Amino acid sequence: MTEHNIRNFAINFGPQHPAAHGVLRLVLELDGEVVERVDPHIGLLHRGTEKLIEYKTYLQATPYFDRLDYVSPMNQEHAFCLAIEKLAGIEVPRRAKLIRTLYCEIGRLLSHLLNVTTQAMDVGALTPPLWGFEEREKLMIFYERASGARLHANYFRPGGVHQDLPPKLIDDIEAFCDPFLQVVDDLDALVMGNRIFKQRNVDIGIVSVDEAMEWGFSGVMVRGSGIPWDLRKAQPYECYEEMEFDIPVGKNGDTYDRQVIRMEEMRESVRIMKQCITKLREPAGQGPIAALDGKFAPPPRRAMKRSMEALIHHFKLYTEGFHVPEGEVYAAVEAPKGEFGVYLVSDGTNKPYRCKIRAPGFAHLQAMDWMCRGHLLADVSCVLGTLDIVFGEVDR
Amino acid sequence: MTNGISILPHTQPVYGDDAVAALAERVVGALGPAVVSHAIAFGELTLVVQASDIVYALTYLRDDPSCAFRNFIDICGVDYPQREKRFDVVYHLLSLRHNLRIRVKAQTDEVTPVPSVIEVFPAANWYERETYDLYGILFSGHPDLRRLLTDYGFEGHPLRKDFPLTGFVEVRYDQDEARVVYEPVQLTQEFRNFDFLSPWEGTDYVLPGDEKKSA
Repeated sequence: MTEHNIRNFAINFGPQHPAAHGVLRLVLELDGEVVERVDPHIGLLHRGTEKLIEYKTYLQATPYFDRLDYVSPMNQEHAFCLAIEKLAGIEVPRRAKLIRTLYCEIGRLLSHLLNVTTQAMDVGALTPPLWGFEEREKLMIFYERASGARLHANYFRPGGVHQDLPPKLIDDIEAFCDPFLQVVDDLDALVMGNRIFKQRNVDIGIVSVDEAMEWGFSGVMVRGSGIPWDLRKAQPYECYEEMEFDIPVGKNGDTYDRQVIRMEEMRESVRIMKQCITKLREPAGQGPIAALDGKFAPPPRRAMKRSMEALIHHFKLYTEGFHVPEGEVYAAVEAPKGEFGVYLVSDGTNKPYRCKIRAPGFAHLQAMDWMCRGHLLADVSCVLGTLDIVFGEVDR
Repeated sequence: MTNGISILPHTQPVYGDDAVAALAERVVGALGPAVVSHAIAFGELTLVVQASDIVYALTYLRDDPSCAFRNFIDICGVDYPQREKRFDVVYHLLSLRHNLRIRVKAQTDEVTPVPSVIEVFPAANWYERETYDLYGILFSGHPDLRRLLTDYGFEGHPLRKDFPLTGFVEVRYDQDEARVVYEPVQLTQEFRNFDFLSPWEGTDYVLPGDEKKSA
C-alpha cells in the first residue's frame, strides 16, 4: 500500500449506542484507533423546554424541570424554585428547607449511583449496575412516597414543598442510610479496586485546573482536578450552612479520580441525610411545609372545605397562577452533575418572560473534542461516562 | 494552590452585598466608556456594555486580579421584539477566587453580529452556537457557527417571541415512502393559550359560546 492510500476514518458513534448514555451522535475521526477529532451532534432530544416554559404559568413550568436531568429530578426543580423565591421574596419555612435538603441528597445518590455503575459498565463490568439499580429502586420508592411519582416528582414548589413527609417515611429513610453505606463499601471494593477498571480509567481524560475553568466545568469535573469548589459550601442555599459534610477533591484530574469522588460524595450525602432526619424530628423542624400566606403556595385541602379565602386562593393559583415581580435573577444549585442554574427574566406577569436553563452537562459535553483527542477509540465511551451526561438536560 | 491559583477556604463566603457594590465600582471605573449602565438587583451585578466592546470587557473581567472571573458559566439570548435592538446577549461569569458572580449584557439586532468571545473563553463555542440557533443572533469570528439543538435543515429561530409555540412543520414516519416526512403542522384542536391576566376587562380572544352573541 502506498502512502497516499492512508486516510483518516470517520465513524458515527450513536445515536443508538448503549454507551452514548442517551441519544448522542458523535462523529469521530480516527487515525487507526487514535481519535483525531470528535464532533458531537446533540439536539436529538431537544423538546423546546425553554420555549414551553414561556407559555406556562410558574406552577405549570415546574414539572418541565423534572424532565431535564431525569436521574435526579428534584435538584432541577430546586433551582427553578430558588429563582422564583429570590425574585418574589418568598420565605421558605424551615421544615420545607430540611425536606428539600434531604431530597436533594437523595437525588445526588440517584445520579451518582447511575453514573458510577454505568460508567463501570462502559468499561466492561456488568455487575455494578445491577447492584446500583437495586439501591436506586429503594430511593425512587422514597420519591414515590413523598410525591406520588417515582421519577417526575414535581414535589418542590415555589415557597416550599407540595406535601409533608409522613413520620414512617422519615423512619424508613433513616433505616436505609446505614445499610446503604455498606453497599457503597461493597461497590467500592468491587469497582474502584478492580484492576481492569483502573487500567481503563487511570490517566484517561485528564483535565487541568485551567482547562476546567475556561471550559465552564463545574461539580465533580472541577473537583476532580483539585479545585475545592462546591456551591453547597461556597454559596450555601437552604440548610447546607448548618450541615456538616466534607468535599472530596481529586489529585490527578483523571477519570478514575472523578469516579472515586462520586463514591465519596455518596457517603457525604448519607451524612447530610442523617443530619436532616435528626433535624426534621426536632421541635424546630416541625411546622408548615410551604409559605403560609396563600399567595404562592396553595392552602391545605382541609382549609379549603371551611375557608372561603382559602378556596379563592386555590382557584386563583391553579388558573391564573401567581405573579412574579419584574426583574431578573440567576439561581444555581450544586446538582449532582455540576452547577445547574436558572436565569429567570420576569416581566411581572404570571408567566416567565425568559427562562434559560444552564445545564452542567452541556458545558461538559462540548469538551469531548479536546478530552478525547489522542485517546483510543475505546476511551471515548470511558470519557463520555465520566462526564456524567444525561441528554434530558443537554438538549433541553 | 495548584497552577498559581489560590482558592479561598470555604468557611467564609464573601458573597455579600458590600462585595458586589465594591465590585461594581471597580469594574465600572476600569472599563470606562465601554459600560453603558450597571445595576445591582437581588444581590447580583448586571453590567450592560457596548456589543463591540464585549471581548475587551470579558478579557478585563477574566484577567484583572481584583475580578478574576475565570470561570465561564453561560451565554444566552433574550428577545424583546418591541425594542429597536431587539436582542440581549447575556453572559454569566463566576469568580472562584472572590466567590462572586457577574452578569454582562450586550444589545444587538437581527443583522448586527456580536464579536465572539471564544478567544476569551473556549467554552463559549457551543453557547454561541445555541444562541445563534435559537435566536438568530450572529457572532463574528466564530469558527463554526452551525445550528446546535434544532433539527438538521431546520428553518427559523424557535426562541424568538414571534415564532409560534407549535412551530411550522411536524414530522412522521411514512410507511409508503419508508422515510420520515415533513409536513405543515396540523392541530386537531385549536391551540389554546388562555389569557388570565385581565379577568374583569374580558379577554382579547372570543370565549367559546360568545361568538353566537353577534350573530
